[in-house]
Amino acid sequence: MIQAKGIHKSFGSNDVLKGVDVDFHQGETNLIIGRSGSGKTVFLKTILGLHEPDQGEILYDGEVLGEMSKQRFKRLRQEIGMVFQGGALFDSMTVAQNIRFPLEMFSTMTEHEMDQRVKFVMDRVRLEGADTKFPSEISGGMQKRVSIARAISMSPKYLFCDEPNSGLDPETAIVIDQLIHEITHEFGMTTIVNTHDMNSVLEIGDHVVFMKEGHKVWEGNSSQVLKSTNADVEEYVFKSKLFKQVRQALR
Amino acid sequence: MITNFFEGIGAYGVLMTKVFRRPDRWKLFYRSTIKEIQLLGIDSIGIVVILSVFMGAIVTIQTAFQLSDDPLIPTYYIAMATRESITLEFSPTVVSLILAGKVGSNIASSLGTMRVSEQIDALEVMGVNSASYLILPKIVAQLFFNPLLILMSMFLGLWGGAMAGDLLGLIAFQESISGYQLEFIVFENIIYGLIKSVVYAFIIGSVSAYCGYTVKGGAVEVGVASTNAVVRSCLAIILSNYVLTDLLLN
Repeated sequence: MIQAKGIHKSFGSNDVLKGVDVDFHQGETNLIIGRSGSGKTVFLKTILGLHEPDQGEILYDGEVLGEMSKQRFKRLRQEIGMVFQGGALFDSMTVAQNIRFPLEMFSTMTEHEMDQRVKFVMDRVRLEGADTKFPSEISGGMQKRVSIARAISMSPKYLFCDEPNSGLDPETAIVIDQLIHEITHEFGMTTIVNTHDMNSVLEIGDHVVFMKEGHKVWEGNSSQVLKSTNADVEEYVFKSKLFKQVRQALR
Repeated sequence: MITNFFEGIGAYGVLMTKVFRRPDRWKLFYRSTIKEIQLLGIDSIGIVVILSVFMGAIVTIQTAFQLSDDPLIPTYYIAMATRESITLEFSPTVVSLILAGKVGSNIASSLGTMRVSEQIDALEVMGVNSASYLILPKIVAQLFFNPLLILMSMFLGLWGGAMAGDLLGLIAFQESISGYQLEFIVFENIIYGLIKSVVYAFIIGSVSAYCGYTVKGGAVEVGVASTNAVVRSCLAIILSNYVLTDLLLN
């Protein structure tokens, strides 16, 4: 479980986060949604420890992030998997080498065990036969799968995804969403997904947090989001014609 | 501008303290270093060979042209003067300036691209000391291979000079070899150049890495960083050449 308590973060005179309190539960796909500039990415980076909060604290299973020793913080990093918006795959390495990298860097596995683990995660994200290809030789959807495979190769307790389906066609985006959802439940991870995509919200949102101007405005789950009477959520969710029709149908 | 300069020096120092840490995994460090030796060192052999041979030839022709007016100066002096020019300045400094262009832009653009495509962030999130993992092998590869390139450049420069002198009838090949050996001092003619080459190797590796690693923005900024890496490395080489020449020869 990850808890954010009263998080404030400013850059110069720009107050980006203005006291955010959220609990992200284990085994759930937690989605942070909101308009561009609402503070989602800064919030995600603050939870990850890439930004230090000005006020408030982040707790990983009850341990305060800012009070961890250097050793503990380094160990925590190895318990975190991250899927970046652009994949962030190492372009000088093949698909298999990308997935193997965290294992080589941090695990005490033998070569054979690493091979087995790479094969297992590649099969799990349905990447069979792509092991010798370089990131530039595979599609955007496959790159996202490699990124997910790399993120879960160390069996992380926490998975972070920054707009995992941006730039993907709707069909592939749903496949990626479902994959994230499945592995979250399968491995019992605490997953936090930063997204703009309403399809993702409805598809995999066990817990949805809506942010606006540095505040948490609303939280609930994917079925509650369509019934929400919060004006900000309504404006965000029902902006498109399709979702307006959905709302009318629901009413 | 002055504030920016000192901020840059400070940031460079801070980055170097992150770079010179014990690698997380020695096996990966050795593997990366071998790869960098191939990329930054062995792949530079071609340009160093061509540059050195022609540089030696040009220095010989120029020296012969300057000394040919005076019949009292023995012709082996052409070879002696060529040797001094090649081993003291041309091979260590000019070749390093060329390498600053080739290797420096490669280092800055590869690290810059990794920065803007979030590959460095990915390493940091995993708990890897990205500065040490990415930059240390490049600096070590440079420190190891640059002196070898410079040594090779000295040899090829002298050979090119002797060949050109012989082909153009300025000085016989054997006479050039005798001239090269005359009053040859190992420290002055070899060690001095190698000391310079080690300092230049560190400058090329670290300054270029700093320019690439600290990129913010996108493709345009990577290009700017690549240019900055070459310009700053060249400036640092020239300034350190002045200091080293004074320290080593006086």
